[in-house]
Amino acid sequence: MKQTVLIWLAAGLASFALLPWHMTDDGLLDPAWVNDGAPSSGLSIVLSGGWWLAPAGLALGAALALQVLIAEPVRRARLTLGTAVAGLTFMAIQGLIIVRAGPRLFEGILTGETILAGQPGMGAGAGICALALLFAGTISLSQSGKGQGDAFVVSTIGLIVALVAIFVFFPVIHILVRAFEVDGGYALNKFFPRFFSSDIWGLGCLVSDRSCGVGMNSLFLAVMTGVGTTLLGLSFALIFTRTEFRAKKFLRVLTVLPIITPPFVIGLALILLFGRAGTVTEFFADLLGWEATRWLYGFWGVYFAQLLSFTPIAFLVLIGVVQGVSPSMEEASQTLDADRWQTFRFVSLPLMRPGLANAFLLGFIESLADFGNPLVLGSGYNVLSTDIYFAIVGAVADPAKAAILAIALLTLTLSAFIAQRIWLGKKSYATITGKADSGQNASLNPVLKWVCYGTALPWAALTLVVYSMIIFGSFVKLWGYNHSFTLDHYIRAFGIDFTTGRWTGVAWDSYFTTLTISSVAAPLTALVGLSTAYLLVRQKFVGKDAFEFSTMLSFAIPGTVIGVSYIMAFNFPPIELTGTSIILIIVFVFRNMPVGVRGGIAAMSQLDRSLDEASITLGANSFTTVRRVILPLMGPAILAALTYSFVRAITSVSAVIFLVSAKHNMATSFIVGRVENGEFGLAIAYSAVLIITMLTAILLLQLLVGTRRLRRSDRVQTA
Amino acid sequence: MKTQTGSVRFESVVKKYGQVTALKKLDLSIEPGKLVTLLGPSGCGKTTTLRLIAGLEMATEGRIHIGGEDVTHLTATYRKVSMVFQSYALFPHMSVRENVAYGLTVKSIPKAEAAQKADSGLELVGLSGYGDRLPSELSGGQQQRVAVARAIVLEPEVLLLDEPLSNLDAKLRRHVREEIRRIQQRLGLTAVYVTHDQEEAMAVSDEIIVMNNAEIAQIGSPSDLYEAPKSAFIADFIGDANLVPCEVEAITDTLASAMLDGQKLNVPNNGIGKGTAQMVLRPHALSLSAPGATGLQGQISYAAYLGKEMQYTVETPVGPLFIIAPVQANPFAQGDSVSVEILEEQARLVSA
Repeated sequence: MKQTVLIWLAAGLASFALLPWHMTDDGLLDPAWVNDGAPSSGLSIVLSGGWWLAPAGLALGAALALQVLIAEPVRRARLTLGTAVAGLTFMAIQGLIIVRAGPRLFEGILTGETILAGQPGMGAGAGICALALLFAGTISLSQSGKGQGDAFVVSTIGLIVALVAIFVFFPVIHILVRAFEVDGGYALNKFFPRFFSSDIWGLGCLVSDRSCGVGMNSLFLAVMTGVGTTLLGLSFALIFTRTEFRAKKFLRVLTVLPIITPPFVIGLALILLFGRAGTVTEFFADLLGWEATRWLYGFWGVYFAQLLSFTPIAFLVLIGVVQGVSPSMEEASQTLDADRWQTFRFVSLPLMRPGLANAFLLGFIESLADFGNPLVLGSGYNVLSTDIYFAIVGAVADPAKAAILAIALLTLTLSAFIAQRIWLGKKSYATITGKADSGQNASLNPVLKWVCYGTALPWAALTLVVYSMIIFGSFVKLWGYNHSFTLDHYIRAFGIDFTTGRWTGVAWDSYFTTLTISSVAAPLTALVGLSTAYLLVRQKFVGKDAFEFSTMLSFAIPGTVIGVSYIMAFNFPPIELTGTSIILIIVFVFRNMPVGVRGGIAAMSQLDRSLDEASITLGANSFTTVRRVILPLMGPAILAALTYSFVRAITSVSAVIFLVSAKHNMATSFIVGRVENGEFGLAIAYSAVLIITMLTAILLLQLLVGTRRLRRSDRVQTA
Repeated sequence: MKTQTGSVRFESVVKKYGQVTALKKLDLSIEPGKLVTLLGPSGCGKTTTLRLIAGLEMATEGRIHIGGEDVTHLTATYRKVSMVFQSYALFPHMSVRENVAYGLTVKSIPKAEAAQKADSGLELVGLSGYGDRLPSELSGGQQQRVAVARAIVLEPEVLLLDEPLSNLDAKLRRHVREEIRRIQQRLGLTAVYVTHDQEEAMAVSDEIIVMNNAEIAQIGSPSDLYEAPKSAFIADFIGDANLVPCEVEAITDTLASAMLDGQKLNVPNNGIGKGTAQMVLRPHALSLSAPGATGLQGQISYAAYLGKEMQYTVETPVGPLFIIAPVQANPFAQGDSVSVEILEEQARLVSA
């Protein structure tokens, strides 16, 4: 252990002395910072007057000295811990105070030429120094207590807490601060009138022609979507689990669709069908002489699109819930002479109640956070997520307004999230006892069965039509006007000039950027998510509940809010990331982490804890246990986390749209641009390619899981 | 295979989970080379005690010594103990040999040497030739023995067994427990064995530590506990017992006279003072005869024929008594009036 601390401290000191402390313009790999003669490393900056960096170097040096000089382990560990904490605190303070334009606070005290010149964002040197101090601190912490800690576990906790603090809490706090800002100063009393203004919460639409506030619009839409998706999802789930319906496999496919559908696709397909020049609209216009209207571009259009987008999620949740109702309870009810309707009404339905609430809250949160559908269809119906976007990129950029709207949106989603936690925390799914339950679930009462068929099947058919529109629409010249077959859209997007070998398509750049960034982000997401799951399931530590809550929090923060907070927080020192590809990777990792955590928790709960304990009592430490016992047994969960975070990174738009740059454009934001230009054909063609890309990725990974299983059963047979 | 066998000592160990006390100030000492059983009803703290020895739980207060060394703050990884789990906890993705060699390879012992040691461990438990199989291809009893082999190849100072037989069927249980005892004695291992089955505990142990309500109820050899229970709880928990209230009236060096339902009984004096007490009557220490002048008069409320013996429940003035009697030509039937005779030298007194 002492060795590990020594190595970290030595690495920290070396990077303090040698590597550029600040971010270099050309990147670390460009040797310009070595040659240009300006002081770049922490040490050389200190020597040329940048005294505020000295504490970091001193802390590293002092900690190293402590390691060498003090023999008594507990005292050594405690002193090292203190030194590391002090060093990190000083680093954070100097970074927050001294920015590019010089000191932000204490201008009276902090004078001098070098300090007034300011400093750029932290770079490789600062990063490694901070890591060195962090790990020296966490390893020492594990040595200083009552022998509770394992260095690997404490270090992992420390790292994840630090990352979540920097990349989730720090940006959100920035938004809060921004919302209090008034003309360069801060005023508490201005916040409340702005937050509670009728622009956000007004109910004017109920009593007059004026429109309601955006917050109210969002809330109303979210409640409607939550109710609608839950009812439709329940219909599907009942058909899937309680009837003899033949095409159950087809229903299963529905559950995969929302995961691989880029965000605007449903909106676009609806425009092609029901827009003013849409097929269905024109058909009815011809047949009945109705006048084509713009009804789709408003509440009903967005609602319709959200129902299509989020019903599969409710379906997925409710399959588990409906299956979770123990057959023996229904059989008990039937032996007590209840008929099928009574059994459903008084036994099954009440048992599903927590699951229904969960499905509703999921639909509610998804609807609030939804950005793609309102952007494409919501021109007549303002909601928070798109208004935040327009407040940043619109004609009149108003970051303070964006911050206020973001807080309003965050308040709504967090309330729902907390309500869900409280609700589900109290209810136990007592029907899942862990005992194998034989017996058969009651089939549905005929009326109910036909109600389910009557709602779910037309809906499934509509979904099918919408998706086939995507394929169809990408092959016609100009939808609604010229339906002749063409490959133009694909050629324009993905053309390759074979004579010169050039990638002439306009979409290639963003396509490759998307694939690269997603492939980098996916393993990192899986790593962070699964490590967190391991800590939550298998380790006991102080503040575990708060830790779990904070890691799940980023699920409740809508993408637009994350996007806005990231550009507010990481646009200037100490952490200056906007315009880089790193910020895109980071945003994906922390947005998708909760999914990895949930998947990891589910998988790890199935591994008996005694396996870990057996490994530990046999003399392995936590790291060896994770590497040799847990990871090999979690193969499928790891692949699922990888697939999911890869696919989510491809389809994500809400956060990304704020963070892309000319150099690093992503597929979804490219598509938004095409939609805004009215190039629907190209947008749809690109979406179709994305869907195929994701399906391929999913199938490849499934195949990997499949072959793994085969090999194990081979081994069983030959042995 | 040799072992450096070690002692275990607890000094005022307390374990709390938040507000709940799992162990109240436990002092115990286990001698090297002995097999000691922790016995008690569920929730009594026996598994907690075992996990404290393993280092899977940390003591809230007090000190723990293993092999003379203070290990209170050492985690499981660094303690020289190994454990056999109730669920066996064999790693499903490793072969039997890899499982047994696991503890050796994490200590960076060369692979070939580890495999060789693993094979000799498997031989010891009678599973040579099974090294290449996966755990899922073995029967429950075989998996059990692999778990034992995996624990003993590390030559631990103390071997811990957490209800090792509870997943086996009744017939196999007797066989495996004899096997465990044989290996333990042959290697001279210190072993701590947790079970809630008193028969199993009596069959394998040098010494039994009976626990109840997070503390030790009594420590002793199997015969001590059966013959000289110190409390009603022990009497009831170790073997079947009828507990009947009585009044101790006089005490001599060897005998105590107690009044039970108007009868004066002279039972062995095991240190109970005068006054109200309870008499422990084993089912075998009572005999039945046709109603007569002596004994407790009662009526048979339940009779069962079990082949090797008869079991009766008899309603008497002191309450229902459970009696085991040899099978006779004309057994008593439900409803018969009987006289219950107490064999005085087999009765014991415990405090009320």
